[in-house]
Amino acid sequence: MLGYLLRRLTILLATLLAASLVVFVVLQALPGDPAALILGTGAREDTLAALRHQLGLDAPLWWRYATWIGGLSVGDLGTSFTYHVPVAELVRQRVLVSLPLAAFAIALSTLIAIPVGVAAAARRGGAVDTGVMGVAQIGVALPNFWLGLLLILLFAIRLPWLPASGFPGWDAGAWAGFRALILPAVALALPQAAILARVTRAAVIDTLGEDFVRTARAKGLTRRAALWRHAVPNALIPVVTLIGLQFSFLLAGTVIIENVFTLPGLGRLVFQAIAQRDLIVVQDLVVLLAGSVIIVNFIVDLVAAWIDPRLRRVGA
Amino acid sequence: MLEVKDLGVALTMGGQSVPVLSGVSFVLDRGHSVGLVGESGSGKSMTALAIMGLLPPGARVSGRIVLDGRDLLALPEREMCAVRGRRIGMVFQEPMTALNPLQPIGAQVAEPLRVHFSVTRGQANARAKRLLERVGLGKISPHRYPHQLSGGQRQRVVIAAALACEPDFLVADEPTTALDVTVQAQILALLAELAAETGMGLLLITHDLGVVSQTVADVLVMYAGRVVERGPTAGVFGAMAHPYTHALFAARPSESGGRPVAIAGQVPDPLYRPPGCAFAPRCARVRDVCATMPPLIGVGAHACACFNPRIAA
Amino acid sequence: MRLRSRSLVVGAVISATMVSVAGVSLAWTPYPPTAIDIVHKLAAPSPTHPFGTDHLGRDVLSMIMAGASSSLSVALIAVVVGAGLGVPLGAFAAARGGWIDDLTMRGCDLAFAFPALLTAVMITALAGPGAGNAMLAIGIFNIPVFARITRSAARQVWGRDFVLAARTAGRGDIGITVVHVLPNIAPVLVVQITIQFALAIVADAGLSYVGLGTQPPFPSWGRMLNDAQTFIWRAPLLAVFPGVAITLAVLGLNLLGDGLQDVLDPRLRRGR
Repeated sequence: MLGYLLRRLTILLATLLAASLVVFVVLQALPGDPAALILGTGAREDTLAALRHQLGLDAPLWWRYATWIGGLSVGDLGTSFTYHVPVAELVRQRVLVSLPLAAFAIALSTLIAIPVGVAAAARRGGAVDTGVMGVAQIGVALPNFWLGLLLILLFAIRLPWLPASGFPGWDAGAWAGFRALILPAVALALPQAAILARVTRAAVIDTLGEDFVRTARAKGLTRRAALWRHAVPNALIPVVTLIGLQFSFLLAGTVIIENVFTLPGLGRLVFQAIAQRDLIVVQDLVVLLAGSVIIVNFIVDLVAAWIDPRLRRVGA
Repeated sequence: MLEVKDLGVALTMGGQSVPVLSGVSFVLDRGHSVGLVGESGSGKSMTALAIMGLLPPGARVSGRIVLDGRDLLALPEREMCAVRGRRIGMVFQEPMTALNPLQPIGAQVAEPLRVHFSVTRGQANARAKRLLERVGLGKISPHRYPHQLSGGQRQRVVIAAALACEPDFLVADEPTTALDVTVQAQILALLAELAAETGMGLLLITHDLGVVSQTVADVLVMYAGRVVERGPTAGVFGAMAHPYTHALFAARPSESGGRPVAIAGQVPDPLYRPPGCAFAPRCARVRDVCATMPPLIGVGAHACACFNPRIAA
Repeated sequence: MRLRSRSLVVGAVISATMVSVAGVSLAWTPYPPTAIDIVHKLAAPSPTHPFGTDHLGRDVLSMIMAGASSSLSVALIAVVVGAGLGVPLGAFAAARGGWIDDLTMRGCDLAFAFPALLTAVMITALAGPGAGNAMLAIGIFNIPVFARITRSAARQVWGRDFVLAARTAGRGDIGITVVHVLPNIAPVLVVQITIQFALAIVADAGLSYVGLGTQPPFPSWGRMLNDAQTFIWRAPLLAVFPGVAITLAVLGLNLLGDGLQDVLDPRLRRGR
């Protein structure tokens, strides 16, 4: 188990490093001079050069990459070109919106999808199954930002229960903050839940046909006990893997959803930073998001190995 | 006493009901053993699943399966659960897939105890450890997982789990088919030994005549869902009468090095069975009368369903 | 089986309808989709404007029709880019194996670490908003998807006996790939294409919703939703039609994909 962990950690770090290099190179290759954008079109060449120097943009590329990575490794994300504050501070405020939103959405999606998928699988071909899978088929096709609009229309305008947009901040109280996240989280969660429910159903149907489920029944377990103790745990590997993959979709989804609900999260920050060519912020954010995807998938692998002893072998 | 009376099973295939098993009857007492022999498709596994009440959904069962005076086919599901694993244990063909890959073997052996008796986890685990020792896995930790064990070891785990509640009857469906030849003999010996020791009745299902002749007292030869020959093992093998039994006997790899003779043709698809004797299309002794269904009639000490039996002089 | 082929039929009908609407819109729409008519702005649905008009008085039905053509063409090019580069890459990795295979697959893993839509947002924002860059940005993230699925499907084919036979007969990697591997994995690819096509439509709508996709005045479903949000209190229906269009398009393609999967690849039919 320890060897397995070490191996996985090495791969994790290598992937993170490669991701940062990709981000850095892509951003350098894309057009747009931050200095020119900050100073406007009328700026003189020597002023631009001075600003570039001040921002560290005139150093050789490899040096800029090395100092950036060096900073990242000790938690220094650099200083924003436009806000003149440490990027870490900008990120910290936004993470407090985006992270709870993503966590809320994942939890919601999982809590809906797994029971629904299992129930549909257990009653395969029945009315519940047909109905649930029909709804899921439509749910998969719903773009989350449109669902967000519909939710605003229903639960903020027709029925004035929840805020249509904005975020009061956690200082306004946990409940006020939570209320503002309910609609965006539901908008993010439902389409994901539809996909997850379909995969859960298919996986449980597969494992229900396995010999060991029959063995369990021959031991005297009820249909229900065999389902939950034997079929469902064995169906969890693809489900957990998908939850990990969905995390990436979810992060991307938050970028759009935060625009729909005007939430001051990382997604909004990415937009502003891109618009202002605040390269260091963009760089940091993309690496942070890619890093969190990599780390979440690492955790998913660990969870899978915890569930399935066959995955614990080194080299598996 | 476990009594199977005129058991029939029909499956729904392509919208129509197709009989896959009919007229199967036998009696299994405690301390007794019965073998079901036949090629795949003969209905022997269906018989086992019918006894366990684990037929696939859509299967229709007729006849009676009486355990100590109660018809299992009429039992509500909840009461049937109390029979499975407690009164009748079952061992399956594929030890590689019959165990849950995510659970340690000890827990899987202990599971029936926790289902049927109100025992603590500790008591169940202690008993599981003794059971594993009894089936020859004393050196293997109960905390091991199935994938860390060989096929023979896994089958021993399955047997230990089936015996956990000391059932009165054990149904063993091709328990050695998936194993290496040397391991097969060990597992059979273990089953025979355990049956003798606990006095449980053994229903052994196999396609291997050799296995049957060594292990069970009575034998039923099945073909295409029907019993074609039945009787005491020694009687049947000493004076086999049905052409199918002869063919099956000739098809087995013999120890003396004789060349096995494969049975020409295949077991007919249940959808397209001939009206009379199902073996007629493959039978060298076929006659006109074989287009009607032959009844089981006495041939010396046992019974055979054939109009033109081959009786050794 | 009967149920599944029904999803094939329904999916095919919806998809064909979408394509025809897009095609018709190139030649004819009830009104020019960009024609502004401020006097009749935010009109409710009526016989003259079946879906009503937007905040500039443009005919919503005409915009939805024209939106279909922009949405489908962006998605089409994105999938062509993704499959055009990803399939050869995956086939190459499968044919060569060894370190080339490892490198390709690690590269795919790396690409999957970047949330696709987020990076598409970044690329289009930095490289300049517009349909062209949206196609590229979405297309780039289809490359690893196609590379990976081609590779794993192709690897299975490479393990089969008839490939070995072709190899001993002296066929090269490219020959075997073209003659044996690609035809055998075509069903998998066709299904994946429908899935990616649906995802690309959603991605395109997302990009144009945040103003980075197809640029005004040419209509796009995402942009219409964004405009509708501003007037959601006064004209809630405006937020409904474009969303229904996106959902229908995606639903049609998903059903088509499900149906094709069952018809083309019987191995995947179990468990449904």
